[in-house]
Amino acid sequence: METNKTKWGLAGASVPIMLWTLIPIVWIVATSLKSTTALADQQQNVFGNFWPKSISWDNYSLIFTGGAKDLFVPALWHSIVVCLVATLISVVLATFCAYAIARLDFPGKKAILITALTVSFFPVIAMVTPLFNLWRILHLFDTLPGLIIPYITLTLPLSIWILSAFFQQIPWEMEQAAQVDGASSWQAFVKVVAPLAAPGVFTTAIIAFFTAWNDFVFSSNLTAARAQTVPAALNSFTGASQFTQPTGAICAAAVVVTIPVVILVLLFQRRIVAGLTSGAVKG
Amino acid sequence: MSSIELKNIVKKYGDGFPAVNDVSLNIADGEFMILVGPSGCGKSTLLRMVVGLEDITSGELDINGKRVNDLAPRDRNLAMVFQNYALYPHLTVFENIAFPLRLAKGKHSDNEIKEKVNTAADMLELREHLERKPANLSGGQRQRVAMGRAIVREADAFLFDEPLSNLDAKLRGQMRTEIARMQRRLGVTTLYVTHDQTEAMTLGDRVAVLKKGILQQCASPRELYEQPINLFVAGFIGSPPMNFLPARVEGNTLKMPIADVELTGELAEKVKGKNAVIVGLRPEHIKDASLGDNISHGVPFKAVVDVTEWLGNEQYAYIPFDSDPSLQGTLEELDRDLDGEGMRTQMVVNLDSRSRVREGQEADLVFDPSFMHVFDPESGDCLTRDDDRAAEIARDNEEQRKAALERAKSRESNAASQSAEPRQAS
Ligand SMILES: Nc1ncnc2c1ncn2[C@@H]1O[C@H](COP(=O)(O)OP(=O)(O)OP(=O)(O)O)[C@@H](O)[C@H]1O
Ligand SMILES: [Mg+2]
Repeated sequence: METNKTKWGLAGASVPIMLWTLIPIVWIVATSLKSTTALADQQQNVFGNFWPKSISWDNYSLIFTGGAKDLFVPALWHSIVVCLVATLISVVLATFCAYAIARLDFPGKKAILITALTVSFFPVIAMVTPLFNLWRILHLFDTLPGLIIPYITLTLPLSIWILSAFFQQIPWEMEQAAQVDGASSWQAFVKVVAPLAAPGVFTTAIIAFFTAWNDFVFSSNLTAARAQTVPAALNSFTGASQFTQPTGAICAAAVVVTIPVVILVLLFQRRIVAGLTSGAVKG
Repeated sequence: MSSIELKNIVKKYGDGFPAVNDVSLNIADGEFMILVGPSGCGKSTLLRMVVGLEDITSGELDINGKRVNDLAPRDRNLAMVFQNYALYPHLTVFENIAFPLRLAKGKHSDNEIKEKVNTAADMLELREHLERKPANLSGGQRQRVAMGRAIVREADAFLFDEPLSNLDAKLRGQMRTEIARMQRRLGVTTLYVTHDQTEAMTLGDRVAVLKKGILQQCASPRELYEQPINLFVAGFIGSPPMNFLPARVEGNTLKMPIADVELTGELAEKVKGKNAVIVGLRPEHIKDASLGDNISHGVPFKAVVDVTEWLGNEQYAYIPFDSDPSLQGTLEELDRDLDGEGMRTQMVVNLDSRSRVREGQEADLVFDPSFMHVFDPESGDCLTRDDDRAAEIARDNEEQRKAALERAKSRESNAASQSAEPRQAS
């Protein structure tokens, strides 16, 4: 009885939190499904201007095939490419780094961890202006590498922290057993440590990917047209004419970029939670 | 076919503390060598140096007469069973056992690997578990998988680090005989770390006793028991442990709290000039005089029994005695070295189960002084040790070991020829 009561109590308490976080998302979805007229006319919507009476896919066709296509589709590609590359590089680097931190005793080990932590707390906006100037000198402004590099900076410290916690959980003896069984250090890593660390690496990759995927500050400041990612591109949407607001199209684009996030989180929520908490507790 | 030779091996960890200090050991081909000692005495460190997981600070390690100090573990061709087994959780039992074979690239075909793994699995009764993951196995089964991984390749030697310490008592007994049988059958040189008395005494051809990184004595279990070289070994080997009694030397008489003993001959010479010595008496060498067993030259004494424990086949009686302040320090230190619980000012007597001695009674007891061990309290040396007798035991032990290996070999070849014959006939 007692546990049942607690259960219902917790469920009741979580309802307002869920509403609080869900309503904006549902609102974006609803807005993206409104036709241009419905956006301006309350009469065509139910629940007090919330949900459209007749669903229209106009906004989606606008961003994928219509007038906003040239802005949105390349931006989507940029987002995917930039985030995948940045994630891949930072996870690979972090794997080696975290492995060394977990396994070897070398001077400066603490310094690396502390630096990583400091960097990840550093306000991103403070880096943007110097980077902007530097990138223009180096001709990295508005290029994909010009975005990938800061994203690595953003995700690497995070990855190192999460991964070193994962590696510390893998017993040393497993590797030593492999070495006695005839494996070289590299073979022991590939055949024993890597498979055991795979879930951790995977979790880290997901978290790193989202960190990059959701970034707005770097993208909007370090790119202009040729390398813009979706969050920044949304900002430069214009309406069909000078006098219409691009609200519907922006919402449609926002839904499109949110979908992969939601799907991945739903699929891997257990792992993500495990990854975050192990990082938090063991560090 | 391999021998392992340790020459003056020293291991100092980062903090300069010598975990293993100047240990020299000679492990013959096919020999079962045990390393025992209290916790933290450097057993695991020594084993890990042999297998190559720990650098050797100084000294030389030879396998088959070849110096291997600087070889990586994989180049030493030794197999090891870890205390927590260190099985690979992502691989099936089959793949766990096949792991060393798969690493020796190109050496074994897939069929060969299958055959070898199956042979090992049959030997260890793991056949029906081959497709399972280690996480789903019981402790004993995991232990056997770890052994399977060790025996599947033709390693020069087996190294075990307390392989049975995670098992319950019954399983431990079972696996102990299993290991003994397997070692004899395969005739592989084995180095085995344990802190379990029974394992050390029953498994080992020879037992090396370590104390704080220093080798005390390396001999057959029988020699360790009957002719210990010093106080530490005497107190460490045997369960329940040897009783240590303080004794004052007065002329040719040893005055112990329980009785006085007249000394003669060589021993009398050795204790001359000392004020006090420590006398060691094994619990089973003290008998109930009222049972009428005839002990010639026995020293009779009366003592009040504090507690008795009747176990069916035998019975323990505890007899408190007064400690001697001048020897208390030595005995306390000895007790600390042996990981004891506190000062032993009581004597344990292992009586026949027929004995009617009960708590609070004054019992008539007797012991044979020729079984007495006498130790120098300063150096801890055993003054009663008979080197000729010890050498005789060692010779005997070595002969028996060789004979046992021979027997195992001939049994093996008999079994092989018998199983081969029907195949030829068909
Ligand atoms: N990595 C290390 N760094 C520093 N000192 C160590 C290290 N490993 C072991 N030691 C020290 O070396 C000594 C011997 O340790 P070892 O593990 O060999 O003991 P052991 O005999 O196997 O004990 P146990 O029976 O508890 O397993 C101990 O005093 C220990 O504190
Ligand atoms: Mg140990």
